[in-house]
Amino acid sequence: MSGSGEKPVLIVDGKRLDGRLPGDIRPSRIEANVLKNAAGSAYIEWGNNKIMAAVYGPSEALPKHTSNPERAVIKCRYQMAPFSSLEEHGRSGPNRRSIEISKVIKEVFENAIITENFPGSEINIYVEVLQGDGGTRAAGVTAAAVAVAASGIPMTDLPYGVSIGKIGDQIVIDLNKIEDNYSDADVPIVISPRTGRILLLQMDGDMTKDEINRGIRMAADAGKMISKMQSDALKKQYMEISEKYKNEAPSYTPQAQK
Amino acid sequence: MKTTITGEYIKEMLAKDMREDARKLLEYRDITIRIGTIPNAEGSAEANIGNTKVLAGVKLGVGEPMPDKPNEGNLMASAELLPLAAESFDVGPPTPEAIELARVTDRGIRAAGVVDLSKLFIEKDKVWNVFIDVYVLNYDGNLFDASALAAQAALSSCRMPKYDAAAETVIREGDLGRLPLANMVVSSTFGIMSDKIILDPNANEELFIDSRLTISTDGNNIRAMQKGLGGSGFTPKQVDTMMDVTLERSKDLRSMIKKSIGE
Repeated sequence: MSGSGEKPVLIVDGKRLDGRLPGDIRPSRIEANVLKNAAGSAYIEWGNNKIMAAVYGPSEALPKHTSNPERAVIKCRYQMAPFSSLEEHGRSGPNRRSIEISKVIKEVFENAIITENFPGSEINIYVEVLQGDGGTRAAGVTAAAVAVAASGIPMTDLPYGVSIGKIGDQIVIDLNKIEDNYSDADVPIVISPRTGRILLLQMDGDMTKDEINRGIRMAADAGKMISKMQSDALKKQYMEISEKYKNEAPSYTPQAQK
Repeated sequence: MKTTITGEYIKEMLAKDMREDARKLLEYRDITIRIGTIPNAEGSAEANIGNTKVLAGVKLGVGEPMPDKPNEGNLMASAELLPLAAESFDVGPPTPEAIELARVTDRGIRAAGVVDLSKLFIEKDKVWNVFIDVYVLNYDGNLFDASALAAQAALSSCRMPKYDAAAETVIREGDLGRLPLANMVVSSTFGIMSDKIILDPNANEELFIDSRLTISTDGNNIRAMQKGLGGSGFTPKQVDTMMDVTLERSKDLRSMIKKSIGE
């Protein structure tokens, strides 16, 4: 929505600039537990987005006045690296945009994490955008969900994010940077796939009620693929371990409980 | 975490010339360098030393020259100890540690004249600014050498954008040359504990070393040094030994960078 100057043609013969159809998401991959120190971490490449997410905690909530005796508090920081964009060198440190995005991501995980299990503690979620190309908050949530799951912190669900938007009269999914700059609307959505509930919804532009409904359905459809990518990333690390030790590990027989 | 028991076993092993990760005293952990990890940046590289993981990105922009050097470009290095890199790193303004890391990285590059700043002049009152950002992704000691490697590899593989004076815009894509470089710098960081010198201290060792010394070299001469931590310091003999080791190890480090950029 922030584009200036001549508006480029974004859809030709039903295909988008990068050859995608309106309902196609960009090729993506997720890797779980890529950082040794974090309780859980994930690296996502979503199109040209490259994002690292990590989770620390639960640990004692500090300073003390931020703690809640009934549940864990979630703290989140989303940030874009100064070298993350193709344009000018960015300024490091928080700005109004990153503070807002940190807040909405935090609210997603306040819902998804079973915070009642950890009274008085804090869980820190860090989302670092190393390279950005549109849709970083959605991709960031998708990666952060894998990081939280990989850390073993219990969640009610594995939320995923994706954005929908409107280009001309077409509803499209997963806008990249150019599309985002010149689109008529951009709607990041986070969905909890088990319940289908929407945990994050922001909008910026001009769409009719029907178009938004259609877009949300598109997001839910694409979500099946994103969810699979998330769970595959989580399974893969265990598959690798079991593959590595399949000949060495003695078979484990659980002891009967007394 | 700094516990007495960790300190004791590190010291006991060191008395027998051993280290917790089975290294020799003057041995690096496994090092890998990957360039071009962030294609949006003009130059980028990830360096891993053991579990220490550092990403450096280089961006170029057009700005004004410094008043005392009107015909030269500018170089700025900064570093962030991201809170996702370690439990002990917090959100907030840069800590003294982060500023020291940025300045030591900057000093090595500047002192060795890595970037040919005289070739970054565009026109009167317009020069190129080179921004080097060091992003620490995982901390396991010796951020100095990892940052130096990542920054040097990012610079060595950096594209040189073009400036369109008529349109006053920067062209960052297409057929571009390389950033003009005049030198290459690498560093070696040592710790001293119970008067023994260890190379490339890991996070546990960094907690217990008395003093730290980072030596930057262009392969022939020493270009920058930084002593860190309090401690009892070093004898001149120890400094001599560390300089010898730095010059020796720099051969491997330089060839690793050259290999990473395909030279």
